[in-house]
Amino acid sequence: MDHLVDEFCVDNFSEDALERSFARLEEMLRTEFARIKTDEDRERFRLRWVGRKTGGLTRLSAQLAGGRPELKRVSGKLFNTLKQRFQEHYHLWELNPFSPYALAREAIDITLPGTRTLLGAEHPIIRTMNEIVAVFQRMGYSVGIGPEVETDYYNFESLNFPPNHPARDTQDTLVVANQERRPLRDRLLMRTHTSPVQIRTMERQPPPVRIVIPGKVHRNDASDATHSPIFHQVEGLCVGENVTFSDLKGTLDHAMKEFFGAAVKTRFFPSFFPFTEPSADVQISCIFCGGKGCRKCKHSGWIELLGCGMVDPSVFGFVQQKQPDYDPRKISGFAFGMGVERIAMMKYGVSDIGQFYSGDMRFFKQFGSGGRLA
Amino acid sequence: MKVLTEWLREYLPGIPVDDHKLAEDLTLRGIAVDGVFDLGAGKGSLLEMDITTNRVDAMNHYGIAREASAIYGLALPPLDTSVPRSAATQESSTRSPYPVRIDAPDLCGRFTARVLRQVTIKPSTGLRAERFAGLEQKLISNAVDATNYVWIAMGQPTHVFDLDKLEGGIVVRRAHKGEKLRTLDGVERTLDADDLVVADEKKALALAGVMGGWNSMITAETKNVVVEAAWFDPAGIRGTSRRHGLHTDASHRFERGADFNAAPVASALVSRMLLADGGETDGDLVDVVIAEAAARTAHRAPIRLEVSEVRRILGTTIEAKGITTSVVESVLTALGCLLVLRSEGVYDVTLPSWRLDLEREIDLIEEIARVYGYNRFANTLPTFDGTVVELPWARQEEKVRSTLLALGWNEALSSTFASATDAVTFAPQPASAVAMGNPLSEAAGMLRPSLVPGMLTMLGSNLNRNVEDVRLFEMGTVFRGTTDHVDERPALAIGASGLTAAEGPHQPPRPLDFYDVKGSIEELFSRFSGRSIYFDKFKPEFHLMPVWLHPGRSARVVMDRSTIGYFGQLHPAEAQVRKLKQTVFVGEIYLDRLYRQPLRQPVTRELSRFQAVRRDFSLIFPNAVRWSELEDALMGLGIEELVDLAPKEIFRDRKEEKAEYSLLLGTVFQSPERTLREEEVQNYSERILKSMGQLGGRLRS
Repeated sequence: MDHLVDEFCVDNFSEDALERSFARLEEMLRTEFARIKTDEDRERFRLRWVGRKTGGLTRLSAQLAGGRPELKRVSGKLFNTLKQRFQEHYHLWELNPFSPYALAREAIDITLPGTRTLLGAEHPIIRTMNEIVAVFQRMGYSVGIGPEVETDYYNFESLNFPPNHPARDTQDTLVVANQERRPLRDRLLMRTHTSPVQIRTMERQPPPVRIVIPGKVHRNDASDATHSPIFHQVEGLCVGENVTFSDLKGTLDHAMKEFFGAAVKTRFFPSFFPFTEPSADVQISCIFCGGKGCRKCKHSGWIELLGCGMVDPSVFGFVQQKQPDYDPRKISGFAFGMGVERIAMMKYGVSDIGQFYSGDMRFFKQFGSGGRLA
Repeated sequence: MKVLTEWLREYLPGIPVDDHKLAEDLTLRGIAVDGVFDLGAGKGSLLEMDITTNRVDAMNHYGIAREASAIYGLALPPLDTSVPRSAATQESSTRSPYPVRIDAPDLCGRFTARVLRQVTIKPSTGLRAERFAGLEQKLISNAVDATNYVWIAMGQPTHVFDLDKLEGGIVVRRAHKGEKLRTLDGVERTLDADDLVVADEKKALALAGVMGGWNSMITAETKNVVVEAAWFDPAGIRGTSRRHGLHTDASHRFERGADFNAAPVASALVSRMLLADGGETDGDLVDVVIAEAAARTAHRAPIRLEVSEVRRILGTTIEAKGITTSVVESVLTALGCLLVLRSEGVYDVTLPSWRLDLEREIDLIEEIARVYGYNRFANTLPTFDGTVVELPWARQEEKVRSTLLALGWNEALSSTFASATDAVTFAPQPASAVAMGNPLSEAAGMLRPSLVPGMLTMLGSNLNRNVEDVRLFEMGTVFRGTTDHVDERPALAIGASGLTAAEGPHQPPRPLDFYDVKGSIEELFSRFSGRSIYFDKFKPEFHLMPVWLHPGRSARVVMDRSTIGYFGQLHPAEAQVRKLKQTVFVGEIYLDRLYRQPLRQPVTRELSRFQAVRRDFSLIFPNAVRWSELEDALMGLGIEELVDLAPKEIFRDRKEEKAEYSLLLGTVFQSPERTLREEEVQNYSERILKSMGQLGGRLRS
């Protein structure tokens, strides 16, 4: 080995020379240590100094062993000090809390799932109902509600369902017990639609009126996959001077585009409700196939969504008993209503309406947080 | 209702479109076709119709053909009502007609009778049999089939009596109370004094307008018959139909208002069909008309229609010229109205006898819109100068919902009804639950006085499905009062079981406990601005806590001195009744009371610049000493600098039944004005220890 080029070679002809040489090596140790940035640097550092075959200190040890005997005590001491410095530096690396080495020891498996504080799920019916209401609120509608137990007058008579009229057959009614002896108009029943709130609202305030009515309703119907005796409706009423059938069309067309997206089209066709005239059913172009026809729309391209119509003058006639301003020769208006369950079932692909009322956590969780990430 | 397009085309030969287009055109004009089924080459299609209840005139082929004639601008040929008259009839025109008497003119407005003799009763063949096969209508005999054929053809129900079973002429009268009649379905019926019957001089023959009688029915031996075609008052028929639970094709039509002028037409059609198989007429048609009934139906006074009113209601059309007088005239004329122009844009409109649903100007406006086509109107938006208001408690309701959702509670909806047993157990006041008159089921006999039973049902069904971690809430209406007056209030129920909500492998799961539920309630109430809130319970012997709660693990929530609700662990006895093995927590909050509190409006304080000093006290207390007592005592010391205190750790050795528990009490002292000196803090600590000592506490050695 060429002593002249080996940095680890020392001048060992005198004590002074040895001390200078060792001071140089210690300086070199410090400089090299300061340059260590990675584990690989550190390993190279170790091999260069103390590697079994290549280590500088190994070579130095051999050189000193062949040196002058009178200097061996001093050189041995200096050598041990240097080796100790190396060890200190080498371990200092491990002790540095910010060293990549130390930080690597704190590494964790970041692919394990996070600890999620699960949010609860909003009920899909309430959520859908609130979304529909919000669309109409943005269009200037106030929110109105009314009692779930209604009188025959508000649920039927004032909405132009006369006593004994066949139109009442379409809404099988759940009635409160012991009503037989009371006058028909006062008899209590579970409201079969949210429409009584139209009457109650108009009785309370003169025109103009713009109101959206969310609520729970009941019918004496057997349950099956698409029918529930308990369900929800959102209804709307707009009354004032010069409110027309084309306004009804425009309002619902705009609302459906807001709710389902701008590409949705609406079409109207005649229907019958005792409290509106003209009455209409409204279809929207199928939101699944865009109107081309698919299984969801029974290949028609259209989905029936709501009922509506111009407020029947006789409804205004009932209201006029309390609010004379509802003169059907001067004011007009429209009303519309839709079943929330139907819309929610369509929107979320629910096939059994009963799931909404099951309280089944497995069903609700699909609407909440905690789901798998896509 | 089923309709054959081949039959429609017989009545209106010029229909210019195929069956599918016809179905679509009808549907867009309110005569809804639900399905079109091809019957094979040359046989046309079967249409499955869904005719709205007001359009009884369109519940037959001729009526639908009339609609098609209005759509396509075609003239609808009248039906052939000629009846071959026998020689005997022609000779005997002076003979007295078959006796018919209407004793109940309020219920029967018109009654026609025609006697046919020497008829042959046999099975139907030919076109009638083919069409019935297409419609899946049962064939019975030529006489009965003729009556069915005619209502399917043009809507008027008729009936054929075996003349030889009749004693004397026909009397249309109210039934005697308790009178017996065996109807065609074989059921012996006891009649009511409000039922209308077609009778002879001795006995009731038929339930008028609803169903014929057994004794006078057509049999293979029948030789001579009377053909009945009549007009009955809708309300009367409806009453009888409902009273006897008998909904028939005839009652369906009469109770919606039949065509007053259709009886002679139908009588002729039935008679022609029967006579084609043999026999002859005996005398002319007997037609008894009640003038008042005719005035209410066929001869109604004309109604006034203003074109300006049509435009005021209907608004803007896509085509610029809008609803013109010519549109108004052509639509209404095609539907059978007679228009007389009174002045510019004002008509007197005489209404057709078959459209009793048309009574007012608005009804005509609807007809104009309908036939013109709804989709030819523009989409416009109304102007509005009113104000927009929210429900007074909308923000509170939203806050309750969003807070619970954020805390991991899932929203549920349950039945509005409860069983009688549950109503007793869960009603906040005794005997306040309201019964239903026609409940959906026995388990739904009462309006729910509380949301808790519904919540327990939902909890139970989850646990039964081995879904064990459940956290649900429901916001809904609860009902109380009497069957004369029902009071509705908004309420909130919560229900939970299983493990705490956080999910993942990094923290051991922990069973949910009372304090988790209480914590959610505290969080919820912290969003409201009540000045005071506390939790307490009554001693069991007072019987003031709900019976469904575990007396030792439940609490009442009081906000500003008003009871807002109760919650806690379900009473083990109630859990056993419901077969719930798991520990279940439930509660009910009276939202009407909570909503009286405005939402909390944050108000900030100046933050102290001076250091806070923490002192923890490790104390031992007798088991009977409750935290609220410690808290009250500490607050009662009036140390302004005591800015926070909290129980940091509690240890109770349940196994060894120790009479004491240890508590680590954490306190924080801070002054807004200065740094606290050591002696001051020392002084506070001593006062705290003294106060705790008075409650039986001591420092842990």
